[in-house]
Amino acid sequence: MDLLRFATAGSVDDGKSTLIGRLLLDSKAIFEDQLAAVEATSQSKGYDYTDLALLTDGLRSEREQGITIDVAYRYFATPSRKFIIADTPGHVQYTRNMVTGASTADLGLVLVDARHGLSEQSRRHAVLLSLLRVPHLVLAVNKMDLVDYSQERFDEIKREFSAFATKLTIPDLAVIPISALKGDNVVTRSEAMPWYDGSSLLHHLENVHVASDRDLRDARFPVQYVVRPKSDDHHDYRGYAGQVAGGVFKPGDEVVVLPSGMTAKIAGIDLFDREVDEAFPPMSVTIRLDDELDVSRGDLIARPNNQPQVTQDIDAMVAWMSTTPLRPRQRLLVKHTTRTVKALVKELDYRLDVNTLHRDQETGELGVNEIGRVRLRTQQPLLVDPYSRNRTTGAFILIDEATGVTVGAGMIND
Amino acid sequence: MSASHPDYRLSQLDQLEAESIHVFREVAAEFEKPVLMFSGGKDSIVMLRLAEKAFFPAKIPFPVLQVDTGYDFPEVLECRDEWVARLGLRLVVASVEEAIASGVVVDDGRTTRNRMQIGTLLHAIEEEGFTAAFGGGRRDEEKARAKERVYSHRDEFGQWDPKNQRPELWSLYNGRIHSGEHMRIFPLSNWTELDIWHYIDREQIFIPSIYFSHQRRVFERDGMLLTESEHNPLRAGETAEERTVRFRTVGDLTLTGCVESTASTTTEIIDEIAVARLTERGATRGDDRFSEAAMEDRKKEGYF
Ligand SMILES: Nc1nc2c(ncn2[C@@H]2O[C@H](COP(=O)(O)OP(=O)(O)OP(=O)(O)O)[C@@H](O)[C@H]2O)c(=O)[nH]1
Ligand SMILES: [Mg+2]
Repeated sequence: MDLLRFATAGSVDDGKSTLIGRLLLDSKAIFEDQLAAVEATSQSKGYDYTDLALLTDGLRSEREQGITIDVAYRYFATPSRKFIIADTPGHVQYTRNMVTGASTADLGLVLVDARHGLSEQSRRHAVLLSLLRVPHLVLAVNKMDLVDYSQERFDEIKREFSAFATKLTIPDLAVIPISALKGDNVVTRSEAMPWYDGSSLLHHLENVHVASDRDLRDARFPVQYVVRPKSDDHHDYRGYAGQVAGGVFKPGDEVVVLPSGMTAKIAGIDLFDREVDEAFPPMSVTIRLDDELDVSRGDLIARPNNQPQVTQDIDAMVAWMSTTPLRPRQRLLVKHTTRTVKALVKELDYRLDVNTLHRDQETGELGVNEIGRVRLRTQQPLLVDPYSRNRTTGAFILIDEATGVTVGAGMIND
Repeated sequence: MSASHPDYRLSQLDQLEAESIHVFREVAAEFEKPVLMFSGGKDSIVMLRLAEKAFFPAKIPFPVLQVDTGYDFPEVLECRDEWVARLGLRLVVASVEEAIASGVVVDDGRTTRNRMQIGTLLHAIEEEGFTAAFGGGRRDEEKARAKERVYSHRDEFGQWDPKNQRPELWSLYNGRIHSGEHMRIFPLSNWTELDIWHYIDREQIFIPSIYFSHQRRVFERDGMLLTESEHNPLRAGETAEERTVRFRTVGDLTLTGCVESTASTTTEIIDEIAVARLTERGATRGDDRFSEAAMEDRKKEGYF
């Protein structure tokens, strides 16, 4: 059985949490005690119907306010797939939590209220999904029950979104008319919309082809931890533990260790007490080399004929998450793969207007929830690839050294 | 893992395993003094197994911490000791009874042992100066847990602020803390109860016998089947009788219910869970029943 991770996106109240509740309920992933609790809460609040959003809005303040504040992770499986759902908040104030949920997603599920069409927030989220290179996107036009299941309205929104999407990087787009509340086209095809001949949302999620989304070309192995048992049984054992970030490694392969540039051959690849004959993403393994090189955490193992860039100058799109704005000359920490280094903001090229995709070059700062192109100078070199090529070696986070808080997400430009 | 990967896809269980191992190594590399909170229950045993894999053939480079309520099942303590001995680990026991005796927590006669674990645990973390504590919590267990990060920051009072969690992007975990603070680490965040059982089955992992069907003298209280014990005196109207049961979770025995079951192997348990209509906590945990936000409230204070 394989795994699909997806994240919801879209504006406040467009029905994300309700949809996840509906999906879980109709695919029988809700237990009786969970449903009973949600029914009781809905009743005591005087609602006319069971508020399915309560299945994911688990925090006290979320239930009080009827909004999602932070990502909820939910799980369900059908005979063909296990799903990890990140139900993210629509409120602009919590964009950082939406980015958290979307950063690991294979598929982004953008909801739009059929009555209102695209809002600034739906555009912002689509831009973020595109920047995060979430490889598959579904636009779910929700609350079709409130527009009489009108095909015209659906087509209109679909056109509007498609026009916007041409300016973004969205390799795979599906558009589905649904009612999260009533269940139309969520698990089974709706009879209320005979004009729609595509698949239901669940059917789409079960069948979307994710096998080719990983980077299997560029062999990349960030060294995470050096395993040295120093025991009598394994006296001379020295292995480099990490998670494969790209490509395929095999025993006997000639490899280069960066940034030193020294080469060796792979003597063996260990997965616990077994040796394996190949390692590929996202396997966590321990690589042994045939030569006693000086290798430590933060180094990266690659193939001599296909190396990442070794650089102190980073050009990236940054999603800023702190209420203290990002400004040129600012000092930050960058965590990139297994390396954490100091960095200086050299330049802020532009701020991206999420509505028009206009690049505002006049701006002197990047405020909270804004996206911009930033140039950084790092104190030590990083071993990077463009994010478009590798979602691991192309990504970094920015940390405020004083508070320790994560203040930004970076995606390295081509 | 299967021998060949024509399309280079990992099964979901292998993927979960790889991601958890990544978390263990990251913490061992970046934190000065990690500890693994080990209850002897199935989730903490799976955690320990993953830690074993992460550092093999070296030993697990951190100790394990158990909070002993004094009301733990003997079968669980036995299993705990066997794991600790086999892996050659240092076991730190934080005892609720000792914490009461030394005034670290107050036993007012109304607070449950489960709740008194919080103060005991925070005290032990502070005493030993642990900077990171691995917990076996899973997001599928409960709605407040569903909201928690893999790296969950605790302030100097050991408290969780659910409305103000750090962003957590990709698998780039931010382990920065100030002195006096610590991080709770949840390597099993994305595992479900069924994943845990499939893994126990696949890896032939040794777990306490009470997870399997056995005969036990039990009585009903608040719709739960509790075990007869000196720590849990029968109240008026309650009668104990022998039934065929097993436990889905193990904790303080005065609060942890069992379910009637004849499942005596991991495969039978998997079949049983696949059709279960109640969550494991809903079915068997008195500690979650006090209010709708019982778990969130305990977590904020510093619970596991
Ligand atoms: N009529 C109708 N109402 C819906 C539908 N989907 C959601 N709603 C209602 O819309 C309101 C908001 O739904 P939520 O699911 O909480 O919205 P959300 O997108 O999760 O909101 P945030 O997480 O706060 O961004 C609730 O009152 C829902 O019952 C639908 O398909 N039809
Ligand atoms: Mg919501």
